[in-house]
Amino acid sequence: MTTPPDSTLFEPLLACPSAATDGEDVVGNLWRDVWQDVSHNPSALAGLLLIVLLVFFCSLGDKLWQKNPAEFDLAQISQMPNTGLKTTVIYPATQTVAEQRRNPVKKLQLLQPATTESVQLIWPAAAHNSFRVYRHELKPSGIYDLGMPLNKTTDNFYNDQLQLENRRYFYSVARLDAHGNIDAYDTLAVDVAHATPLAILQQAGIHVTDNQPASVLLPAHPLGTDKLGRDVLARLIAGGKTSMLIGFSAPLVFVFFGAMYGAIAGYRGGRIDTVMMAFADFVIALPFLLFMMLLRIALGMGPGSNSLMALLVALVLLGWPNTARLVRAQVLQLRSMAYIDAARLQGASGQYIVMKHLLPNVLPGILVTLSFAIPSAIFTEAFLSFIGLGVVPPATSWGSMCNDGLSSFLIHPHELLFPAFFISITVMAFNLFGDGLRDALDVKMREART
Amino acid sequence: MEDRGEFSHNPLMNWLAQQCARLSRLRLSSRGSRLLLRMLLRMLSRLLPRLLSHAVLYAALLAANTSMTGRAIADSAVDADTHTVRLALTTEPPDLDSLTSTDSVSFFILLHTQEGLLTYTTDAQGNNDALTGGVAESWQMDGTTVRFTLRDNARWCDGKPVTARDFLFAWQTALNPSTASRYAFILYPLKNAEKIHRGQLPASALGVFVEDDRHLRIELEQPTAYFASLTTFPTYFPVREDFYRAQQGRYGADADKLLCNGAFRLTEWTHGASLTLQRNPGYWHANSVSLQAIHIPHITNDPNTLFNLFQSGDIALAELSQDTVRLALQQRLYIQDFGNGMLTYLEFNHREGKALRNQHLRRAISLVINRQELVNKVIAAPGTHATTRFFPAWLAAIADNNLSPASGADIVAARHALQQAKQELGVDKIPPLVMLVYDSPSVIRQAEYLQRVLQENLGVTMIIDKQIFKQKLAKLAAGDFDLSLSAWGPDYNDPMTFADLLGSANENNHGQYRNPAYDALLQQAAALPAGAERNTLFGRLQQIIDEDVAVIPLTEPGIVYVQDKSLQDVRRHRFGGDPDLRFTRIVPDAGKTP
Amino acid sequence: MMRYAIKRIAVGLLTIWFIATATFFAMHAVPGDPLADDKATTPEIRAALLQYYGLDQPVLTQYTRFLGNMLRGDFGISFTQKNRSVNDIIRAHFPVSALLGCLALLISVVGAVLFGVLAARHHKRWPDYWIMLAVIAGISVPGFVFAALAQWLALKIDQHLGNIIPVAGWGTFRHMLLPATMLGLGTMAYLTRLLRSSMLDVQQAAYINTARAKRLSSTRLFFVHELKNTVLPVLALLGPTIATITTGGFVVETVFAIPGLGRYFVQAIQQLDYTVIMGTTVFYGSFLVLMVIVVDLLYALADPRIRLQDMR
Repeated sequence: MTTPPDSTLFEPLLACPSAATDGEDVVGNLWRDVWQDVSHNPSALAGLLLIVLLVFFCSLGDKLWQKNPAEFDLAQISQMPNTGLKTTVIYPATQTVAEQRRNPVKKLQLLQPATTESVQLIWPAAAHNSFRVYRHELKPSGIYDLGMPLNKTTDNFYNDQLQLENRRYFYSVARLDAHGNIDAYDTLAVDVAHATPLAILQQAGIHVTDNQPASVLLPAHPLGTDKLGRDVLARLIAGGKTSMLIGFSAPLVFVFFGAMYGAIAGYRGGRIDTVMMAFADFVIALPFLLFMMLLRIALGMGPGSNSLMALLVALVLLGWPNTARLVRAQVLQLRSMAYIDAARLQGASGQYIVMKHLLPNVLPGILVTLSFAIPSAIFTEAFLSFIGLGVVPPATSWGSMCNDGLSSFLIHPHELLFPAFFISITVMAFNLFGDGLRDALDVKMREART
Repeated sequence: MEDRGEFSHNPLMNWLAQQCARLSRLRLSSRGSRLLLRMLLRMLSRLLPRLLSHAVLYAALLAANTSMTGRAIADSAVDADTHTVRLALTTEPPDLDSLTSTDSVSFFILLHTQEGLLTYTTDAQGNNDALTGGVAESWQMDGTTVRFTLRDNARWCDGKPVTARDFLFAWQTALNPSTASRYAFILYPLKNAEKIHRGQLPASALGVFVEDDRHLRIELEQPTAYFASLTTFPTYFPVREDFYRAQQGRYGADADKLLCNGAFRLTEWTHGASLTLQRNPGYWHANSVSLQAIHIPHITNDPNTLFNLFQSGDIALAELSQDTVRLALQQRLYIQDFGNGMLTYLEFNHREGKALRNQHLRRAISLVINRQELVNKVIAAPGTHATTRFFPAWLAAIADNNLSPASGADIVAARHALQQAKQELGVDKIPPLVMLVYDSPSVIRQAEYLQRVLQENLGVTMIIDKQIFKQKLAKLAAGDFDLSLSAWGPDYNDPMTFADLLGSANENNHGQYRNPAYDALLQQAAALPAGAERNTLFGRLQQIIDEDVAVIPLTEPGIVYVQDKSLQDVRRHRFGGDPDLRFTRIVPDAGKTP
Repeated sequence: MMRYAIKRIAVGLLTIWFIATATFFAMHAVPGDPLADDKATTPEIRAALLQYYGLDQPVLTQYTRFLGNMLRGDFGISFTQKNRSVNDIIRAHFPVSALLGCLALLISVVGAVLFGVLAARHHKRWPDYWIMLAVIAGISVPGFVFAALAQWLALKIDQHLGNIIPVAGWGTFRHMLLPATMLGLGTMAYLTRLLRSSMLDVQQAAYINTARAKRLSSTRLFFVHELKNTVLPVLALLGPTIATITTGGFVVETVFAIPGLGRYFVQAIQQLDYTVIMGTTVFYGSFLVLMVIVVDLLYALADPRIRLQDMR
């Protein structure tokens, strides 16, 4: 059945252009092919582009948007995205006069123009009267709908300073009878203007000219501010640094270590393999949260540290066995391949086999693992922030920003949506890229496609 | 690696995922996998009937609208026909053994199921702290002797009478060191109680005498102005010896392991999920209890979830957070407030070698904090008020007008004080101060605010040490901090519940503030009967705290809440269990007519 | 085979011992006082509590005592929930987590089959694009964001259409639907993606062409050939899903006020409840080890190569 060798079927070895016999060239070709595949895969390319953009945003964002992420602006708490609000300047002298003047009045009225710093109400009162002061955002419809109780007082005056916004409020003052029940009430609609005391403006570094202008422009917050008036964009950049640091460095370290561990176990085999993998299994089974807390303290994560290091170390110490198992399985499989035996028969050293045959074949799998480990680490950080084991202020992260914004997302949705959006985009980008990479590296699929 | 982040910490998940991924790599054509599939199918065919029967059961439950426990539960927050109310708790009651219980959730349940000698009621002025007879129908206080006469119709819910002996047993047991009751100290006004608790005297030496089943004579260590108020406290509740012993150390661990004598009985307790309190027909005052049952179908501390449950008509009462109060306004809900009597303050570490031993430094910090700003902009929740007083305003008896009102910061004076502090300490720069906080979003925001204020106005660096609650407590006890944001709630209706806190001997004085003058005044006040003289002493204590800047009082927190409009007479208490629904009535049409 | 089984079980027991030991010593190394309380603890009370929980003994004695009790299946009394045994806690809360998980699994599998097949059948047309977009969202949005949004949505439904979906809570079947869906969402997205590609593979397979050539009715072709062969390989993947879902519901349990074991475990760690931490860790660990042994044995049973290799 065998046909005699036909010399025309063979070409001289030397004539073959860059023969794929050298390991390096095989690898080189592999990467060229992978790149070709990825660059023709729009979703993978989009993922890669997004990753580059995100890295750019986190690393250079603070050069372009130079705002201190920890600086408060108590004049602008939980503001929606804006390009700079106009605020009336409150000069120190005007405030004290108001408190001294308390002439009797006929009905509920304002003592001073209402500002976001204070709304001063005055109303007629007789001796032994006591009152409750309410504030509402809608027009009250009855004694059960007067709004939120601000204070109970026997005075005829109340100065409301509780977190006022630039909008219309309905103030009600209710007179109480001897049993503490509402006897009668009066309502006043108040339009509150945005105003800021001079001291706060100066603290925020806004220059107010000497000719005492009536109003100035506040610094812009393109993505709004949080509950302490901190700029959300600046915090996203600062938080992104933390999240990216965790997302990149921990997986890089543990995937590398895991790969080494798995490769050694798989290559050596036998008893060493059994013992090493048993240990990896033990580590996988350890309760992550408990060890996270332990490491926080064991690493000297006392006061002042932002606990980032502890998080990283915990992720590394507890994350490697997954990769180790994966790599070991692949190495075990490869080791029994005929071409490895062939290489060994030809006298290749262990190092040569590992470097030229095993590693190039295992590397794609490792890379895919890495591309999925990164979003997983970012999610883990967000989860830890959710249960209060995240970074310590003033440091921040996307996860802890989400956690802060979660409680108020129906009122100030931007505080949750922006950090959640960034987490989602990052995770999505890595997933898309990882998918593309996996497709490109999957020889079977490539054959099917070509 | 595909799993979602919040699961990835889970070892079980990780490991199992790998095992199954291995399985999945099997080629399905091989003989082995056919075997595997057959096994799976066989397992499924065995499980399927069971699953189906469960599904049918659930469908039946759904149709009948009953709970998993099989009992019908009204699913509206307030049901006027059956006189039932539904509420939520923030946590599972940790300890319903009145002898050892310490937390507010357990106190809430115990208030409804148990009754002490006296109890709180509402007087004509709407004051909810008025005392009235509980198990006792009358009492006389005479210096250090107090006599209680018990009602002859006060009964345990198994029908047996509540006797004087049940009180003696409860108090002796709580004072037994092996019971390890953290609130045992609240029994210390009883003669010899402290010595018994320290193991120096036998339990029989307690100054409590059972004259007969219905008469109890109590000898006090010294005249105690607030003793009557103390008898409403859970640690003072009676416990019946035979029942307690029959539970073999599990008293109060389940619904059937608690013997009630209050307005309600605990009839169902599915741990972590739900509780039911049924009206106790044997209660001596049962005819003024109108609610038939209080169902507690939810346990959660998420303020958004609680508010959503209220809005969907699932529960009748919900505390509001800074955020949910805005939603409540938009929904036009009836919002009420309640000053819960607490105080938040900055605690200093006065231990040797700590920078804050220096009074000027403490004063500088006190002066630099703008409490109004803190309350209005940072805490930003209605019901909370700024204060400079250590004794909260509701303790009206010790009104002291010498104090500066809680106003803005005085930065010039603060810098001056800082300068003095630096000179005395002999440093150019104050070393970084460590502020211990536990992990609560509001507390952390306050800490971040204070951090910034100190840095900007004084150039003093403050480091936030965020810890989980138990670690914070451990660090406080060990003195491993410079400052701490703390809160204190009153146990009984007397200034002493606050004054005691800064006494040298008090274990809760974490900063170890020691001032002999303060201790002497405290001793003096303890022995005086209620009155002007005693109130003056508390005024002087307040002055000492102010001059020494022993602590920095910051706020008197309060809560705002929404309540179903048809509920009448839900009483709020600062101490000993809150809210109080024992005498709540359902008036269906209330709220419709103003 | 027998030898292999014995070996696996021995390794499993060793693993449980290791988990128990490591957790025990780690827990005791975490600073913080499990006995600390808002109300100060006097030395007398402390001593009594230490004795009650056996913490007055040297750590090694505690350890041996713990191991002894563990062998008898007794994990002691909770620190934070007075008078309640850890066994009771696990018994009460694990079924809740398991039930929620099973429902979530059911929802995610049914949903995934539906969407995966739909996407594949309409490959490169708009249902495919929309479903893949939803899949990407499902994979990349953090679970707590989804849960909070879903609860808000349930509230809106409740306010406008009446009480159909409870906002939170646990008890009836209706209460389980929303949290189970939220819990299953991530898995559903993941499975949908897999099913879609599996279906695409099947559609290109030679036997489908053969069947089509034989003019099989399209319904028969779809149900008997395509669907069956699409779902079979994914069935084997149900394992990781079961694990994800029955144990990982902390976020969902918190948001929807569900008394599951996940919530208790996190609480126990935050409260340093030694006995509950030990109990739940060992319980989870044993569950895990059991699963692994079962999987390994099935694997060995199914794949003769493994069996032979092991015999060698």
